[in-house]
Amino acid sequence: MKDMNFLLAGVGGQGTLLASNVVARVGVRAGFDVKKAEVHGMAQRGGSVSSHLRWGEKVFSPLIGRGEVDYLVALERLEALRYIDMVRPDAMVIVGEMRILPLSVSSGTDVYPDDDVVRGVVERATGNLILIPSLSLAEGVGNIRAHNIVVLGALSRCVPQVSPDIWLQVIAESVPERFVEVNQRAFEVGREAIGAPAPSQ
Amino acid sequence: MNTRELLSGNEAVARGAYEAGVRVAAAYPGTPSTEIMESLAHYGDAVYCEWSPNEKVALDVAIGAAYAGSRAMAVMKHVGLNVAADALFYVSMTGLEAGLVVVSADDPSMHSSQNEQDNRHYARFARVPCLEPSDGQEAKDMVRGALDMSERFDGPVMLRLTTRISHSDSIVDLEDARLVERITAPKYRIDRRKYVMVPGNARLRHPIIEQRIQQVKEFAETFAYNRAEWRDASLGIVTGGIAYQYAREVFPDASILKLGMTYPLPEQMIREFASRVERLIVIEELDPFIEDAIRVMGIPVEGKAIFPICGELDPTIVRERASEVGLLSRSVTLSGDSRGGTMHVDTSLPARPPLLCPGCPHRGVFVVTNRLKLVVNGDIGCYTLGFLPPLSALHTCGCMGASIGQAHGVSKAGIAQKNVAVIGDSTFFHTGMPALLNVAYNQSDTVVIILDNRTTAMTGHQHHPGTGTTLMGQPAHAVDIEALVRAFGIGTVHTVDSYSLKEVEAALRDCLEASGPAVVIARRECALLPEARRDWVALSIDNAQCNGCGLCFQVGCPAIVRSEEQDGKTGRNKARIDPLLCTGCEVCAQVCPRKAIRFREEPVLRKEAEVA
Repeated sequence: MKDMNFLLAGVGGQGTLLASNVVARVGVRAGFDVKKAEVHGMAQRGGSVSSHLRWGEKVFSPLIGRGEVDYLVALERLEALRYIDMVRPDAMVIVGEMRILPLSVSSGTDVYPDDDVVRGVVERATGNLILIPSLSLAEGVGNIRAHNIVVLGALSRCVPQVSPDIWLQVIAESVPERFVEVNQRAFEVGREAIGAPAPSQ
Repeated sequence: MNTRELLSGNEAVARGAYEAGVRVAAAYPGTPSTEIMESLAHYGDAVYCEWSPNEKVALDVAIGAAYAGSRAMAVMKHVGLNVAADALFYVSMTGLEAGLVVVSADDPSMHSSQNEQDNRHYARFARVPCLEPSDGQEAKDMVRGALDMSERFDGPVMLRLTTRISHSDSIVDLEDARLVERITAPKYRIDRRKYVMVPGNARLRHPIIEQRIQQVKEFAETFAYNRAEWRDASLGIVTGGIAYQYAREVFPDASILKLGMTYPLPEQMIREFASRVERLIVIEELDPFIEDAIRVMGIPVEGKAIFPICGELDPTIVRERASEVGLLSRSVTLSGDSRGGTMHVDTSLPARPPLLCPGCPHRGVFVVTNRLKLVVNGDIGCYTLGFLPPLSALHTCGCMGASIGQAHGVSKAGIAQKNVAVIGDSTFFHTGMPALLNVAYNQSDTVVIILDNRTTAMTGHQHHPGTGTTLMGQPAHAVDIEALVRAFGIGTVHTVDSYSLKEVEAALRDCLEASGPAVVIARRECALLPEARRDWVALSIDNAQCNGCGLCFQVGCPAIVRSEEQDGKTGRNKARIDPLLCTGCEVCAQVCPRKAIRFREEPVLRKEAEVA
């Protein structure tokens, strides 16, 4: 079996690390060897955060090589572009709708890429792009902070090797008890939001 | 059946210490090592864990426990071992009564450090064996291996991690039980000749430790974590630590000599391996430590001629460098990248540099030091980020505790401007205190600002001697910084609220005018602490008052953003406050000349009596 490589990207404080813990544990529960490497800088909040996750029969490097990412999952629009040179040509790119302006943008010296730019850049790298309205879907189930789990729901559709029950179980174990229900609903709406895409393998 | 868990390298080390019967563990927080102690403290009373004020104290504490017959561990980031080096060298000379493992977490690529020193050199320098795990399982198991070796050879053992080991998760098989606990306290064994390192005794010990490292070298030949993996013999790779994983990833068919012990090296094993492969290379991060040792054996080898000495490795770098020198055939090179090349994005993306958080109590202090045009000798902590524009307020940063000594030197040398030292509370306790004692003793006009945010913030809010709580959650005496500073003999001391620009400025002006040493304690808890979060209130802007002068942008707060709306007269963009980010610290409101930023209804500023 070929390894499956996931790169999760976001901004500190968005729930990127919780999401990557879920993907790691789902891999373990599904019987894979799993490695995970987190990359974050010095800042407590507001910095770029990324997490490399690998599932396989036997995984060596925790870091994914350039051009070897199968699933690029970004909780924030701009962060998807930052790692686009990491993906395979047949990779699946799943991007949430949150936008967090870097200081250089909010102070007017830089421009935040609009959705056409995001689409253009991603489509030059791979044909498989899913832009998911993660914030409105999360709001719809009652907690906007569950936007990260909405994105995981969409991701789960692209990983047909693993049953959604495993995801739901791991989510239940990963969030505080009073948030289990809303996160499981967030997962379901994310999963339903996209049709069943052709497996990228 | 044993349980399996997904653990980070740091969590695995903590688990290893628990399983191996460590009774005393001490550390000072430092990325990437911090989570080892945070995780170990969760094992309850089985292991005594503490945050010591600095790494040298931590290592002395662990040494004391090992002298007293208990297994012990000291944990630090790579530069922490510089602070603790004195202790490492004497304990190598004395040996111990029970196992001692010194964990050094190195930071190749300097994700959160001032340098990327390779601490394997300390192992050789101090004649201390060095073990390097390549995943979580080995990180856990090697703690026990290190303690066993420490007892067998009567000396400390270094466990060297790197960021990528510390902060990567992998699946680890756990032991169900902890090594049998001792029931009664042991009697302290007195051995003055072994443990009193005066010259007469030290001269007797030196030949013993030289002999010891020879014995470890022989042991290394059969050490379970040194192993040859035979595959195709046309390429042989000597490697260890995380680099082993990259070697397996990039060269699935090559033969590999995996070294779990990188000092001392198993010379016979290396000779044997080298003799059976056509081309011998070393893949290691940072310095050519293994490579140089092999070359000294007289064996032809390549390493840093191919792979970089600076920064961490990853599969991409190893693959690219290897194919440049013909170690990978083109078809192999392309297997990871079927486009046959790397796609580079031509869009230049706005970066997200680290910033002082919204509500950070350090921000206002830097606004004032800028206003007074002060040269600022800085230190290590979140406040180091004050060097970034637009504040650009901090002008040196070298190592923990350096600011005060530097400022004293600057003052003695004399400059046209005035200068101050800026140091955080935890860093002050770490190594700032002796430097301030020096200022008081040798009398300079140095002004020291202690940024007391009531925590060790940058590494993720660890307790310290000023917080009133220990790592294990016990209540503790919280040191009174003002009384401490006065006891040093500093006459001019002000304790002020960091959020009050007026108070900070008045205190600083008084200190700068006074002759002799002076200290300002700028106190306000980190805005991210739970007790501070409860007080968060977003401010707003009176749009009619704002004329887009831009002074509030100069405080460098991520919560203040440029509005689309322009002022009719000036044509400049007005300011807007992001309500999701603003905590209501009011620093920007104090800077606004037109009172366009609305203060809170309940004041955030504390009266001086409440601060002190």
